[in-house]
Amino acid sequence: MDFNDTPEEAKFRAEVREWLSANAKPKDPSKVKAGVSTKSEAERLERAKEWQAKKAAAGYAAITWPTEYGGLGGTPIQSVIYSQEESKFDVPGGFFEIGLGMCIPTMMKWATKEQCDRYVKPALYGEEIWCQLFSEPAAGSDVAGLRTKCEKDGDEWVINGQKVWTSGAHFCDYGIIVTRSDPTVPKHKGLTFFFLDMKTPGIEIRPIKQISGGSGFNEVFFNDVRVPDAQRLGDVGEGWKVSLTTLMNERLAIGQGSGVDYEELLKLARETELENGPAIKDSNVREKLADWYVQSQGLKYTKFRTLTALSKGQVPGPESSIGKIVSGPKMQDLASFAMDIQGQGGVMHDVEESPMAGAFQNQWIGAAGYRIAGGTDEILRNIVSEQVLGLPQDIRVDKNVPFNELPGAGSKK
Amino acid sequence: MNFDFSDDQKMLKDQARKFLEDKCSYDDVRTILESDDSHHDGVWNGLCELGFAGAAIPEEFGGLGLGALELCVIAEELGRAAAPVPFSSSIYMFAEAMKLAASDDQKSAWLPQIASGEIIGTLASAEGTQAPSPRTVKATFKGGKLSGRKLPVPDGETASVAVVLANTGGSGEQALSLVLVDLNQDGVTRSAVDTVDPTRGHAEINFDNAEASLIGDEGDGWALLKRVEAGAAVLVAFEQVGGTQAALDMAKDYSLDRYAFGRQIGSYQAIKHRLADMYVKLELARSNAYYGAMILSEGGAELELAAASARISATEAYRFAAQECIQVHGGIGFTWEANPQFHYRRSKLLALSLGSASRWKDRLVAELEKSNVA
Repeated sequence: MDFNDTPEEAKFRAEVREWLSANAKPKDPSKVKAGVSTKSEAERLERAKEWQAKKAAAGYAAITWPTEYGGLGGTPIQSVIYSQEESKFDVPGGFFEIGLGMCIPTMMKWATKEQCDRYVKPALYGEEIWCQLFSEPAAGSDVAGLRTKCEKDGDEWVINGQKVWTSGAHFCDYGIIVTRSDPTVPKHKGLTFFFLDMKTPGIEIRPIKQISGGSGFNEVFFNDVRVPDAQRLGDVGEGWKVSLTTLMNERLAIGQGSGVDYEELLKLARETELENGPAIKDSNVREKLADWYVQSQGLKYTKFRTLTALSKGQVPGPESSIGKIVSGPKMQDLASFAMDIQGQGGVMHDVEESPMAGAFQNQWIGAAGYRIAGGTDEILRNIVSEQVLGLPQDIRVDKNVPFNELPGAGSKK
Repeated sequence: MNFDFSDDQKMLKDQARKFLEDKCSYDDVRTILESDDSHHDGVWNGLCELGFAGAAIPEEFGGLGLGALELCVIAEELGRAAAPVPFSSSIYMFAEAMKLAASDDQKSAWLPQIASGEIIGTLASAEGTQAPSPRTVKATFKGGKLSGRKLPVPDGETASVAVVLANTGGSGEQALSLVLVDLNQDGVTRSAVDTVDPTRGHAEINFDNAEASLIGDEGDGWALLKRVEAGAAVLVAFEQVGGTQAALDMAKDYSLDRYAFGRQIGSYQAIKHRLADMYVKLELARSNAYYGAMILSEGGAELELAAASARISATEAYRFAAQECIQVHGGIGFTWEANPQFHYRRSKLLALSLGSASRWKDRLVAELEKSNVA
C-alpha cells in the first residue's frame, strides 16, 4: 500500500510539471481561500481563453480524448495527474468545464463526423463555449418532465419554451437542448435532442439572481427558434437516450466542493475567544472539528481508492458516488458552525470585519445551492440506493401515462 | 497510486471469510449469547489452526511474521461475522503491547503460546465507569507486587496473562506503568461481569499482592498504552467496517423481502435514503481505515492522527448501521430470535472498548494542534 506513482505515471507527472512551470505561475499559498476575484467576468474570460488555447496546443486540454480531436489519447489517471499538478498553479478556469465535460462528449457520441470535425476543436481551444439547456421551471430533478416543445416545419424544427439554471448561457456560443416533440406519449418517449447556435434569433437570455447575490446562471427563453433538422442528435423521440450521455458525464464533471474546510475552522477556533476561554479548548468545538476532519479525510482517501482503480486500468467502484452527498451538507454545516463561534458578530457578512474576509458567510449562503445543483442530496441518495445497493426504483405513477394527461405537467386540465 | 491491499492479502481475507462463513454463522454466535461461555472455542481454535493468532507475531516468537495489513484483513472478516472470539484482547492489545515494550525474555515466555492460541492474553486498563487516566487509576504496583481492581477486562475470565495499567507513584503522566501479570496465581481472583454484548466475555479481576513485572520503563505506561491503543484502534476500525457492511447487507436483504402497503419496503425513499446513508458512512470509514492501516504498517509518525480518524469514522458508521438495521427490520428486529441484535450489541462494545468517540475526537484535535502550529 502506498501513494506512489508507477514509473510511467511519475514520468508523465514530471513532463506535465515541467510544462506547467514553463507556462504558468505557481499559486500563492498565502492567498485567502474562497476569495472573490476582483476582475470582471470579461477579463477573466479573456484570460481563461488564452490559457485554454495554450493548454490545448500542448495536448493537455482533453487528455483522454482521441488525438484526431486534439486530445492526447491518454488514460484517466493521466488526466487526474494533470489536474493535480495544474491545481498547484495559478491558472484561470470556470468557463469550459460544462462544454468539454458534458456537451462535447455528447456531440462526439451522437453527432456526425463532419459536425465533430467542425465543433470539437474550437471548443477544445476555448474559441467557442458551450452550455447545456436541460432544466426547466417545472422540470428539475424530474428533468424528463420538461415542456419546451419542438415542432417540425420542413427541414427545420421550431422551438418554444423556457430553460432555466443554464450556466454561462450569456457568454456561450453553442448549446445542447432537449425538447418535447410529442406530448401524446409517456414523458421519456416524446423527447428530441438538438444542438444550436446561441445567437439564433428568438433566444433571449436573462440572468438569475441567486440568494448569494451572484448570477452564475440564466433563464433562457425560446420564441419560435428555428433549428435545422441536421442539428438533431439521435432519432426523433430518442432524446432521453441522448440526455443520459450528458447526465452520466455530469456526475463526473461536478466534482467535490472546495472552499473553507476544517483547516479554516481550526484557525478560527484558535483565534476566537468564547465566554469560557479560547474556542479551540471548547469540547463541542473539538468534537465538531474532529468530525469534519474525519469526513474530509474520508473523502480524500475515497478518491485515492478511485485513483488506485484507475491506475490499475480498472473501472472505479461505486464508492466514487459519495463525494457530493458528504461534501454539500458538510460545507453548509461547517460554515454555519463557524458563524456560531463568532457569536453575535457572526451575522456580519463584511470583508473588513468578518474573519477571513467573510469566507464562512459566503460558504453558508453558497452551500444551500451546492446541495441542489447537479443532483440534489435526495436524488443522489436515490442513485446510490438504486445503482449501488440495487434497491427498487420508486413506483412511477407517470410511467405509462401520455405526457399531456399528467397532472401538473403537460396537462391543460 | 496503490491504495489497496495486495492480492496475497486479499487471498488471506478470502480464506478468513470462507472459514467464518462456514464455522461462525449467526447461529454459532447465538450459542455464546445464550451460554455462560466467554467465547466460542470451536471458532477460536479454528482461527488459531489457520495461524491467524500468530499472523503478526515475529517468527522468532512462534508467529508467522506477517504485518499489520494482514491483521487488518482478518479483522474485517471477524467484524463481519461478529465473531465471538478473544482475538482483539489477545492479539491487538496483549501481543501488540508485548511487541512494543516487553523484554526478549518476557516475549519468549508468553508470545509463542499466544501465537499458537494455546493461551489467551488481555490488557486491563479500566477501573469501573470512569475513564482510566493518570489522575484516576488506583491499581498500584510496588516492589514487584500488583494490587487493585480492574473491570471490565475483556476475556478476563479465560485469559492466562495480562498487561495491566498500574500506578507506580510518579507524578503527572509518569504516574502510570504497564506491568505483566500471570493470571493463574494466588493473588488473582476473577468473576464474570454482565455487559451489553454477552457474545464477548468480560470480567472483574482483583489483584492482591500478585506477582508482576514491569514491561517497558517505569512511568512510561500511559504513553505506551496510548501507542497500543492507536494500533488497536486501526484494527478495531476494520472490525467495525466489517460489522457495518454486515448490518447494511442484512438491512438491505430484509428491505427487499419485506412487503408493506403492497410494495417492498426497500422501494420507499425513507428506507432507501437510510440505506444510502449507511453506505456513505461505510465508505468513509473504509477509506479512513485503509489510511490507518497504511500508516500502521509503515510505522509512520502520523499514527495517532490516522488511528483516531479511522476509529471515529468507523465507530460512527457501525453505530448508525447497527441501530438503523434494527429500525429497518421493524418489530421483528427487536426480537431475541432475530439477528440484528448481534451488531447492535457489538457496535456499542467496540465503540467503548478503547474509550469513547469523544475521547478520540479530543486526541485527534490535539494532534491537529501539534501538526499545525500557526
